[in-house]
Amino acid sequence: MPRPRHAAALSYDEDAGGAPQVVATGSGIVAERIIALAHARNVPVLVDGAQAVSHLPVDVAALDCDFYAFSGHKVFGPTGIGALYAKARHLEAMPPYQGGGDMIRTVTFGKTDFADVPARFEAGTPNIAGAIGLAAALDYVEGVGRSAIAAHERDLLEYATGRLAAIPGLRIYGTAREKAAILSFTLEGMHPHDVGTILDAAGIAIRAGHHCAMPLMQRYGIPGTARASFALYNTRDEVDALAAGIEEAVRLFA
Amino acid sequence: MSDLRELYQQVIFDHYKRPRNRHALDHPSHEAEGHNPLCGDNVKVYLRVEDGVIRDAGFEGGGCAIATASASLMTEMLKGKRVDEVAHLFEEFHDMVTGEKPAASAQLGKLEVLAGVREFPARVKCATLAWHTLKAALDPRPGRVSTE
Repeated sequence: MPRPRHAAALSYDEDAGGAPQVVATGSGIVAERIIALAHARNVPVLVDGAQAVSHLPVDVAALDCDFYAFSGHKVFGPTGIGALYAKARHLEAMPPYQGGGDMIRTVTFGKTDFADVPARFEAGTPNIAGAIGLAAALDYVEGVGRSAIAAHERDLLEYATGRLAAIPGLRIYGTAREKAAILSFTLEGMHPHDVGTILDAAGIAIRAGHHCAMPLMQRYGIPGTARASFALYNTRDEVDALAAGIEEAVRLFA
Repeated sequence: MSDLRELYQQVIFDHYKRPRNRHALDHPSHEAEGHNPLCGDNVKVYLRVEDGVIRDAGFEGGGCAIATASASLMTEMLKGKRVDEVAHLFEEFHDMVTGEKPAASAQLGKLEVLAGVREFPARVKCATLAWHTLKAALDPRPGRVSTE
């Protein structure tokens, strides 16, 4: 296979603040559309699914992506491990990037035969405990069911959007119809880091800042946002606690 | 909640909502820009030094309540201080907000309202950004300072 001159990288990216832009909408439909467009121009596509695997059903065959990567810790698994899916023809076309145990078939003075994929890319003693932990995490998510998770998060997102939108001075960023279960917001006259500290003191963990998306924040003309993310373990009661915490922060800064 | 009240004292809100000296100086003898890449905050510090004494101080930028109030309080206290006192003040302030020394031992007057930051390690850099920038402004080597 000739080395591609361009590769498209798609990211289902909650770090982009959940704004209505292509990479942040998080919709598989969007990814499929972009993959089809790229393929029409012979561009292979890598999907960064780190933010998707714990929230949505993922079917790499249906997506028809060339590569799909995700990390363990974002799917409730251990840190330092992840997975890379690739179409067999891409893997077979690539040389090993690292030498070590278990990645060769035979070695002579004249010639090295590498093992088949994927062993060819897994030189040396692997992160065994990590792999077992990741498998357990994936079994757990499968057991709950990604569709059930998506429905639960959808419910929380709608409920939270209603609760937070009712708070005076609160502005929500990212209002696309198809979006991940995250709420990025600002409060008038308050910096997101102050919001984060006050909520933290109330036992509510959010993320505050530019979320590795500084150009997007620049576009909005804000230093950053406060962001609540919902997962399968969150409840409506916790959304109520979040709303109460925000109201307390507003009172403190009034 | 008491730690929170300790952090967000009225003096801090006052300096956040009505920052003092938040302007560039016309002819600064010293200036520097500081950056906290973790929060994206930027601050510029301007000084007018005559005969080794800081006659005027100003700042631009800021960010959260802690960063803005810290810069405001710092510029306020700098006026009239000798340049050779700054290194000591920096150490005093740094030790106070990082908890290196008991808060009571700090000789920083009004700036002691920022002692509550020590209970919030994630916010120490908000409080010290202006101070690092001050240090850079007085440092003859050019360049931008970063909290990282």
